[in-house]
Amino acid sequence: MSLEVTREPESDPCEGNRRRFLSRLSILLGSIAGAVVAIPSLAFLLGLRKTPRIWRTVGKLEDFEIGSTVKVAFEDSSPLPWSGVTAQTAAWLRRVSQDQFIAFSVDCTHLGCPVRWLAGANLFMCPCHGGVYYADGTVASGPPPRPLRQYPVRVENGEVQILASPLPITT
Amino acid sequence: MQIVQRIWNWFDEVTGVSGWLIPLAKHPVPPARKSAWFYVLGSATLFVFIVQVVTGITLASAYVPSAGQAYHTLAFISSTRFGHIVRGIHAFGASAMVILIGVHAIRVYLFGAYKYPRQMGWLTGVALLFLVLGMAFTGQLLRWDQTGFWSVVVAAEQAGRTPFIGNWLGHFILAGDTVGGATLSRFFALHVFFIPALIFFFIGFHLYLVIRNGISEPPKVGNVVEPKTYRSWYKELLDREGVPFWPDAAWRDALFGLLVIATIVALAITIGPPVLGKPPDPSIIEASPRPEWYFLWYYAVLSLSPRWAENYIIILGPAILIVVLILLPLVAYKGERSPFKRPWAFGIVGFIVFMIAYFGSVGHVAPWSPRMNAPPLPVSVVGETSGPVADGARVFHDKGCEFCHKISGYGGIRGPDLTYAGDRMTPEQMETRIYSGAPNMPSYNNNITQQQLSDLLAFLSSRRRRPAAPVPLTAGTK
Repeated sequence: MSLEVTREPESDPCEGNRRRFLSRLSILLGSIAGAVVAIPSLAFLLGLRKTPRIWRTVGKLEDFEIGSTVKVAFEDSSPLPWSGVTAQTAAWLRRVSQDQFIAFSVDCTHLGCPVRWLAGANLFMCPCHGGVYYADGTVASGPPPRPLRQYPVRVENGEVQILASPLPITT
Repeated sequence: MQIVQRIWNWFDEVTGVSGWLIPLAKHPVPPARKSAWFYVLGSATLFVFIVQVVTGITLASAYVPSAGQAYHTLAFISSTRFGHIVRGIHAFGASAMVILIGVHAIRVYLFGAYKYPRQMGWLTGVALLFLVLGMAFTGQLLRWDQTGFWSVVVAAEQAGRTPFIGNWLGHFILAGDTVGGATLSRFFALHVFFIPALIFFFIGFHLYLVIRNGISEPPKVGNVVEPKTYRSWYKELLDREGVPFWPDAAWRDALFGLLVIATIVALAITIGPPVLGKPPDPSIIEASPRPEWYFLWYYAVLSLSPRWAENYIIILGPAILIVVLILLPLVAYKGERSPFKRPWAFGIVGFIVFMIAYFGSVGHVAPWSPRMNAPPLPVSVVGETSGPVADGARVFHDKGCEFCHKISGYGGIRGPDLTYAGDRMTPEQMETRIYSGAPNMPSYNNNITQQQLSDLLAFLSSRRRRPAAPVPLTAGTK
């Protein structure tokens, strides 16, 4: 089977002009159709959902011993309904004094693995590449480029609250 | 079977299938003779891909890509007898894809088959190589257990190292502020729809090119590729010596393909799919994510790079590799094809294979990872149950020393083995080291009491090959 290509009559510039116009028109219309579909799709894919910052209660003031560092878990701000267990975020919470707290993100600033608190050693240690942080979050040794990030934490009406925040990305 | 024949005749008349399908199947190919079995790798890769699509669709009929539910649907699939096997086929098939596409690429490179007129075949192949690696990565993630979950975080952190757009890119990968409901769906869409669509397209393009340009003849020393004359030379070769692809060459593809698939299925039935780890609960801190075996070499390369080079290697490494692979057929498109006249080709392939094997084995051991599950030293090693040495052994564990230092086989290998530290260092030297730390060791300056330090030094000093030297006699005594 063979396709026959219509030959333009060489001596008729009007035909050539018309065909050129029709080609461009077709391409333009197709591009508009494509753009009308692609733009909302890309905007949805590339846009990041803005979530409000919400204070989450992680316990009562008296639940936490002064000087001890414990793991707490709290729900992300406005999680999607099907997030299930992944809506949780963990933090290392230390009661520094009567009403002073520090909350550390568990994400190692090297590449994001969860760091573990070693109470006997007073250190945070990351299992992935051996990054170590002192109790105050500064880097003790290993590959982490910066100290452990902290979440804002407050005491409100006898409850300890952490501000659910984005996962810290080290740039 | 008159009726079948008539149905077929009707079908063929209105579609013209036999007019192109039969010539396609029987198109002439150069006789491969001694190199014949080298040519089965491309088709084997394609067959395994089809296996992945079939098992993937099967899995997708039960897998729910919801961040909260995915893990449970996988547990359900694994609990059924056949679901277990299908998961196994899919997992071993993934490893087979990575191996086969790598070996196929190496074969094509060594045969110089990227040269004229097959440069686009190589380029589409490079696209397929990276798409397959993308499938491998997103596939492991979809298991959505502890490792899968933390892999996303690590991927986002790596992407975060990109200049300027790093933060946005990291959160784009997470599909939000944190890992959550939107994250898994994104990777599901990538793994099941977007990347496979691209793979289908590139496979089609790749195969079209193979048919159009013809499969390369085995290279022969002296058969130099000269673009001006190659096509007519090749056509003349086919006219003279060509054999029909079906069945003269295709039978090897069929046999090898069957062997590969049978191996995958056998492994799936006997060994089974990867064990599902713990659920993707971000508050489970005892996690130690590791990539699958085919990425262990990359994991090791990154872990061993000096700190200052890390960002560059993460971002520039893959970029440079892609540029080199793209430039190859554009720069070296003519000339000698035989690997026996291209010693650099053998050298480069040997280097790559050795590096992947070496770094892969290092990545498996992961010496840079502290062994955080190391139990306290047993009495048989410590030698005492009470006193400073026994207390010091407890300090050695509680302060985290044992996670990085081995003593008599217990502990980590991130730092030096301290089994015989007492032979090597005086207590003063040990104390200096403990207080000052090192680039990969924390300083215990404000982190250890005098009592703990003294016990620890007693313990470490007792770590010797021979018993401690006897107390010297006072001067004058015989």
